[in-house]
Amino acid sequence: MTDPLVTLDNLTVRFDDRPAVDQVNLSIHRGDIITIIGPNGAGKTTLIKALLGLQPITGGKVQRAPDLVIGYVPQNLQMEGTLPLSVKRFMALSGRNRAECRKALARTGIEHLVNASVHHLSGGEKQRLLLARALARKPDLLVLDEPAQGVDINGQAALYELIRELRDELRCGVIMISHDLHLVMAATDKVICLNQHVCCSGFPADISHDPAFIETFGQSVAESVAVYHHHHNHRHNLHGDVVGHSSPVDSHGGSCDHAHH
Amino acid sequence: MPIIDSLLNDFFWRALIGGLGVALIAGPLGCFVVWRRMAYFGDTLAHSALLGIALSFLISVPLNVGVIITCVVIALVLVAFSKTRTLATDTLLGILAHSALAIGLVTLSFMPDVRVDLTGLLFGDLLAMSRDDLLWIYGGAAVILVLLVTLWQGLLMSTIHEELARVEGFPVERLRLVLMLMFSLVIAVAMKIVGVLLITALLIIPAASARRLARTPEHMVGLAVVFGFLAVGGGLALSWYLDTPAGPSVVVTAFLAFLVTYSTTARTAA
Repeated sequence: MTDPLVTLDNLTVRFDDRPAVDQVNLSIHRGDIITIIGPNGAGKTTLIKALLGLQPITGGKVQRAPDLVIGYVPQNLQMEGTLPLSVKRFMALSGRNRAECRKALARTGIEHLVNASVHHLSGGEKQRLLLARALARKPDLLVLDEPAQGVDINGQAALYELIRELRDELRCGVIMISHDLHLVMAATDKVICLNQHVCCSGFPADISHDPAFIETFGQSVAESVAVYHHHHNHRHNLHGDVVGHSSPVDSHGGSCDHAHH
Repeated sequence: MPIIDSLLNDFFWRALIGGLGVALIAGPLGCFVVWRRMAYFGDTLAHSALLGIALSFLISVPLNVGVIITCVVIALVLVAFSKTRTLATDTLLGILAHSALAIGLVTLSFMPDVRVDLTGLLFGDLLAMSRDDLLWIYGGAAVILVLLVTLWQGLLMSTIHEELARVEGFPVERLRLVLMLMFSLVIAVAMKIVGVLLITALLIIPAASARRLARTPEHMVGLAVVFGFLAVGGGLALSWYLDTPAGPSVVVTAFLAFLVTYSTTARTAA
């Protein structure tokens, strides 16, 4: 296998002694689509920001491949309304030439908006614009923080499909945060369930039956995406703290057998 | 008396040339103040300029130098403090703005042998523009314009989305520092025109007027400069013909232009 694009080695980020991200190990290769899921406050965005170098880390290591080009699609783009900005101008600020910008806009299906003001775009159009901008940079790694936010349900499926296609076209790695469990399960290669630490990880078909997953998202959600069951060696209370280990049991794939603080 | 006439003309032209020079840089920087929501920040820097003046007298350095150094120090303190988040930024700005102003006034009162025109410092003394002032204004303007042109992409991108700019490799922190430096410089030279209490007005009112008419960031900057020119020209004319104080007249003119722009474009704005 080729060298990973990014490797997280025992990555830890603490805010006032409270770990937001706790000893996470992860590597992303070309062609991977990795989705991070987890409850609010699980440290998903913090993890992504540490990976991007936007968040100072307190422990462990983030190793990026040399000359790695990252395309970043941030969570909801709050455009300052006092700054007049057209789609065209926003794309041009990526430093890429006009043809490349046009192509990227066409690829995400918003070429017709090229002269529009960014302030007049809908939620879905904004996400596609951000994706086009990331795309124009010809990234090795695409990092998306809740890309489907503000997009209606049909649009979401199309957006995840587009991300898969882009992965194939660019031969890039993809790591994203998502709340849309059903769509994630369909669109991703590997799911990581984060609750400060990596609760469980694996293929979508497996993870939906993981007790850690069920505890994190609740029985009804899990059942709706689940078929299969396996045991897990710890549980979380409402605060996400580990509350007791069940007897040692089998764990599949990348599932959990990790130390806790 | 032709001699007096030409002298008066000289004053007037000096004031006008100096005012236009300040408007030239207040336009683009004012846009950044508006875009980055730094109006209160600008106010704080402007108020601390008075402290800078007091300190300049105290350690006998040129006023402009003292003001620039004080503004830079205050800006750095603000940036450092705003990262700790124990106080809301507006509280912090309020504390520093008024404390700096008050300390400046108190310090000046301790120096009875220093003759300062307090009204001039607070509200501007456009008509007392000297050749040295003009040199400072155009020197400062040249530095600021060169910086703006060379760093434009990065400044704009980090204003639009700081994290995106950082991921794309722009030196966001350094750009922020350069911007602070430019604000300090513009305050030091604009003080002469409108005084420390009205500097923020000269920065944000032309930029705000320009927003309604502009379609691109550069367009907005250009229009802000034009509105700045109008304000300076109109203010000077008011002052000349109606004998009103020059600094406040400039601000009043800017405000009138703002009202006209907003009332005529309210419906069609982008």
